[in-house]
Amino acid sequence: MGRSMTEKIYAKHCTAGEARAGDVRMIQPDVILVNDTSGSITINQLAEMGIAKVHDPARVVLVADHFSPSKDTSTAKANRHLREFGRTQGVKHNYDSLRGGIEHALLPEIGMVGPGGIVFGSDSHTCTAGAFNASGMGFGSTDLAAALALGELWVKIPPAIRIDLEGAPTGFVTGKDIILGIIAQLGSDGALNASLEFGGPGLQHLELDERTAIANMAVEAGAETCIFECDSKVINYIKQSGWRQQEPVHPDDDAVYLFRKTVRLDRLKPIIAKPPSPANGVPLDSIGDVRVQQVYIGNCANGTITDLRQAASLLKKHKVHPHVRLIVVPSTNAIYRQAAQEGLLEVFAEAGAGVSMPTCGACFGGHMGILAEGETAVATTNRNFHGRMGHTNSQIYLANAWVAAAAAITGKITDPATLV
Amino acid sequence: MLNNVKVHKYGDHVDTDTILPGRYLDLRTEAELAPYCLAGLDADFVGRAKPGDVIVGGKNFGTGSSREHAPLAIKGNGVSCIVAINYARIFYRNAINIGLPVFECPDLVADVAHGDTIDVNATTGTFVLNGKLYQAKPFAPSVKDIIEAGGLVQFVRQRTQPAFPR
Repeated sequence: MGRSMTEKIYAKHCTAGEARAGDVRMIQPDVILVNDTSGSITINQLAEMGIAKVHDPARVVLVADHFSPSKDTSTAKANRHLREFGRTQGVKHNYDSLRGGIEHALLPEIGMVGPGGIVFGSDSHTCTAGAFNASGMGFGSTDLAAALALGELWVKIPPAIRIDLEGAPTGFVTGKDIILGIIAQLGSDGALNASLEFGGPGLQHLELDERTAIANMAVEAGAETCIFECDSKVINYIKQSGWRQQEPVHPDDDAVYLFRKTVRLDRLKPIIAKPPSPANGVPLDSIGDVRVQQVYIGNCANGTITDLRQAASLLKKHKVHPHVRLIVVPSTNAIYRQAAQEGLLEVFAEAGAGVSMPTCGACFGGHMGILAEGETAVATTNRNFHGRMGHTNSQIYLANAWVAAAAAITGKITDPATLV
Repeated sequence: MLNNVKVHKYGDHVDTDTILPGRYLDLRTEAELAPYCLAGLDADFVGRAKPGDVIVGGKNFGTGSSREHAPLAIKGNGVSCIVAINYARIFYRNAINIGLPVFECPDLVADVAHGDTIDVNATTGTFVLNGKLYQAKPFAPSVKDIIEAGGLVQFVRQRTQPAFPR
């Protein structure tokens, strides 16, 4: 009986050396990722556990990104808590506010994610690592405190679901549309406690930024983690990033899956997810007349240079609608600088948009663009639950960066094809 | 056994943003978080909830963000346990880790209504509704070890600082 990529990657990170779906194993991750919102509780719990020193500071990455930069004295305290913890513990990868970016976008850049690797992170979108033939899993604060203390954590090895990608996307179809389509098909618990594995001939047509957008939202179908097959695009990337190469994992031909699903990328059209669930994806052309007051292009899924280029390609020729606030958030400092070099920041400023420093910001309703009662936003983010970006009675539509930019230009949900 | 406690029942896919909205993520303790529990789903919950009450959900309870603030806010209101058909994995682990019992009992979920009064044994996962007995599914061994230690903090303490080191 063959093994999935998930089984292979977890087998390599436990002392048992073998891990099949359903087995409970103590797993030693390559990276333990802690952010500012969950970090304070993690640090306090570590002290409660009676642990003075973390198991291995070289495997720890601290990123202040949620309330970054701090918005008030309470969040300033949380940021300081994380920063000082990192210094006391001798953590080299200690990314303070304004120093790195959004955690899941930052990890691959700094060479802490790559083929065969495992990341345990204090954030549900840690699954983003899957784009790089790695496995990221999200945990809560106390679990991560235990991981910092022991260097390992128990995991029930998830069974795999195989998604075969075929064909090449056309027009304004992006990674976002692919994953919104898959989640709409599966439902928000369709992959509950499973691992989504992606591969197939269509993979060659997806750049890493598109794969990242897909991997990021695996959790919105209930998946614990997600792993893409490795190819030359990943290998070329890690040559630059400095990931200390582990063996890539490949699925066996006779691997066991809960089920398989094929996605024909050439047949996809842009998809938009209606509130209040990421699983409410519908074809963009079915949406009707929806007025928007805010557009948000950013977050750990879709604040990549690819997203910024897509948005700028429309905003070069059009202004932001006077009734719309367009907030653009590059995911990392490196992306911000790249956008500056390419003149994209100038395009946004000229069009009437605001460009923020990298931050989780309003995506999780923290700060930097909170919605008022009754307002509607189009966002390239990953969640549109009730009140996610502000007032309980505000609405969020999830879409790709082209669709988001088009909405910013016209003040309503619009097919970007009508603007070129 | 807790007798005659109230049931607060919600639907499928109760997400952690509605349990504890992101704007309160700078808070840390049960006491700080308790006033905002279910702020996005049931604004009257905090005023109505009494110690020992039970929250009942449907499928995929606690979906979404990994925020441990969500079960902490629930625990801070004295809720004795949560009953659902099943849970999002991170929420489930978080609740177990901080000592908030979370049970899977589809039969009870099917029969109980919002506002019903039930008897609860939050240690064994046994419930009585209208004279009928309900038994939740047993915990997996890895989960049971943490519960028996008194939560994950105690579990790690016992492992790293044993009373009788070898």
